[in-house]
Amino acid sequence: MTDLPRNQHIVASGIIAAVGVTVAYISFTQEPADAFIFPRLISSVFAVLAIWTFGKAILGRTKVGNGISGEAMRNMLPGLIVMVVYIFWAAKGLGFYTATTIAFFIMLSLYDPAPHNALKTWAKRIAITAGFMLVMYGLFAQLLNVFTPREVFF
Amino acid sequence: MDFLFYMGDVFTPINFGLLLLGTVGGLILGATPGLSPTMAVALLIPFTFQLEPQQGLILLGAAYTSTVAGGAVSAILLKIPGAPANIATTLDGHTMAAKGEGAKALQLSFLASAVGGLFGVFLLIFLTPVLAQWALAFGPSHLFWLAILGVTVIGTLDSSSVVKGLLSGCIGLWLATIGFDDIMGAQRFIFHPAVSGGINVIPALIGLFAIPQVITMLTKGRTRSGAEVITVKRHPIRLAFVEVIRRKTALTIGTITGSIIGLIPGVGGQIAGLVAYDQSKKFSKESEKFGTGHSEGVIAAESANNAMVGPSLVPLLTLSIPGSPTAAVLLGGLLIHGIFPGPDLFMNYPQVAWTFIDSMLIGQILMCIFGLYIAGLAASVARVPHAVMAAIVLGLAVFGSYSVQNSMGDVYVMASLGLGMYFLERFGFSAAPLVLGLILGPIAEANFIQGSMIANATVGQATYFFTGWLNWFLILIVLASVSYSIWMEIAQRRYTTKDDAVAKEEALS
Repeated sequence: MTDLPRNQHIVASGIIAAVGVTVAYISFTQEPADAFIFPRLISSVFAVLAIWTFGKAILGRTKVGNGISGEAMRNMLPGLIVMVVYIFWAAKGLGFYTATTIAFFIMLSLYDPAPHNALKTWAKRIAITAGFMLVMYGLFAQLLNVFTPREVFF
Repeated sequence: MDFLFYMGDVFTPINFGLLLLGTVGGLILGATPGLSPTMAVALLIPFTFQLEPQQGLILLGAAYTSTVAGGAVSAILLKIPGAPANIATTLDGHTMAAKGEGAKALQLSFLASAVGGLFGVFLLIFLTPVLAQWALAFGPSHLFWLAILGVTVIGTLDSSSVVKGLLSGCIGLWLATIGFDDIMGAQRFIFHPAVSGGINVIPALIGLFAIPQVITMLTKGRTRSGAEVITVKRHPIRLAFVEVIRRKTALTIGTITGSIIGLIPGVGGQIAGLVAYDQSKKFSKESEKFGTGHSEGVIAAESANNAMVGPSLVPLLTLSIPGSPTAAVLLGGLLIHGIFPGPDLFMNYPQVAWTFIDSMLIGQILMCIFGLYIAGLAASVARVPHAVMAAIVLGLAVFGSYSVQNSMGDVYVMASLGLGMYFLERFGFSAAPLVLGLILGPIAEANFIQGSMIANATVGQATYFFTGWLNWFLILIVLASVSYSIWMEIAQRRYTTKDDAVAKEEALS
């Protein structure tokens, strides 16, 4: 194995090793000790395996995992940004149904292979979004009685 | 014969309606590439909150059974396995469809699935009470080792790398310790208010299985699936029956292989299908025809991956140890209704347990009947563009995880774990051991603490946890699974080249 993205593996396994060591450190230093007996057991194995994986990544001996190609990163990035903004801000800030409608429509517009210059495809996207939101409203608000955060428009 | 006593409960209007809904919905979801059975069941859990426990389980069980079978539709008509379990079906199924025998391949696939599935559920019916009686003798030390066994076996057998598999299991076990300690009430690893009550299993499961799939769909960019649905010509079902009976060797090998593999925690459906396919080829008198559109290939693969479904629930229902990620999701479905499976499940909740199992039995027959009729529709759904599918799954994941406790914290946990899991998967880590760690962590810890208390008052920890034939038996299985996997890695039989790794990961994604 030489052609897997070695640097990516080093960074990824480095982060996991850092988490493993931090978890182990917290487990062995926090009080009351009795509450951390099991976490100590787990975190010891966690840290050892994470360091082992990090060592293998540095030596270029990682055998599995293809990392993320530049093309995949470029493709996913817009959607990822929409997803993060939708979940971590808009869902609460604008309300679930408003935020979901906007996020759904943007995602569809960004990734739908149909041409962007045809009016028909835009109408189709709007129809799909409206249909999906109707189903979601019917299922969650009417059937399951889920109370979502207050909407910005109503 | 308790299962016969509760059989009537399956046919109450609501129960039967849910069974039909789960079966038809599962067939369509299963045919959709990227929607694995585990993810489908995880996304369905929020819809069971308003239902009675047995009704919720009927819906989830039907979805589990039929998503596995539904994956064959896209495998045969599109050459895209709907789920990893259907990889082996693609080998001969799609070739048959390309030769104009698509209807025959679908009929064989659903008939073989039904035979394998029925055998698997009967195994579940007759094995579960026996094992449940035996499990009553389990003490805290045994349950601790059993929980560790669950994580280790999945970590080693389900992953391409032993170390990364075990590491995934450790991450899951650590995540399970976040929140307040049950005994001392101490705070542990609470780095954000969203996790102050610990990590809720349902949003975690939704995130771990749904979000990586959403991102994987996004990485494909603005592309169409490109797969053409092969149109099918009519084929008399009677001839398919005759063919299945004529190919009894493949059917038997598939059914038995699937059942045995299903009983082993951590060994997934894709392995059952591939092993059965391989074994059928070895024992077939027409082995040279495998891969060229041979009916035995379809029968062996499909009977195996459905035969695995019933037995994979035996450890869950008897020992509360989920043997597979989907069983872990079903455990989550049981826990939200306040039902904790284990040896006394059949004593405390016989109606829930037996109605659920009976519904799986009837579900196999419904799956076979409906599968044959809605295959065309399911294949069309499978061609839904990635963009639409990704947006739908994301919306369902957000609403579903919020509805668990009406909490934004659960949505943040779902999204964070999902995003993290996507990147972990790209670097060779696997969701299955992580999920098992998350589910089995509290079981392992509770029994470890309880065992330690008993040990301190009696024989001491080392003696308590490391003596007795059952402790040793479980420890030996843990060691054997780790050793076997290490040996396999050293022997270079695993995915040691980039091509192998890419092929496996593409097939599973």
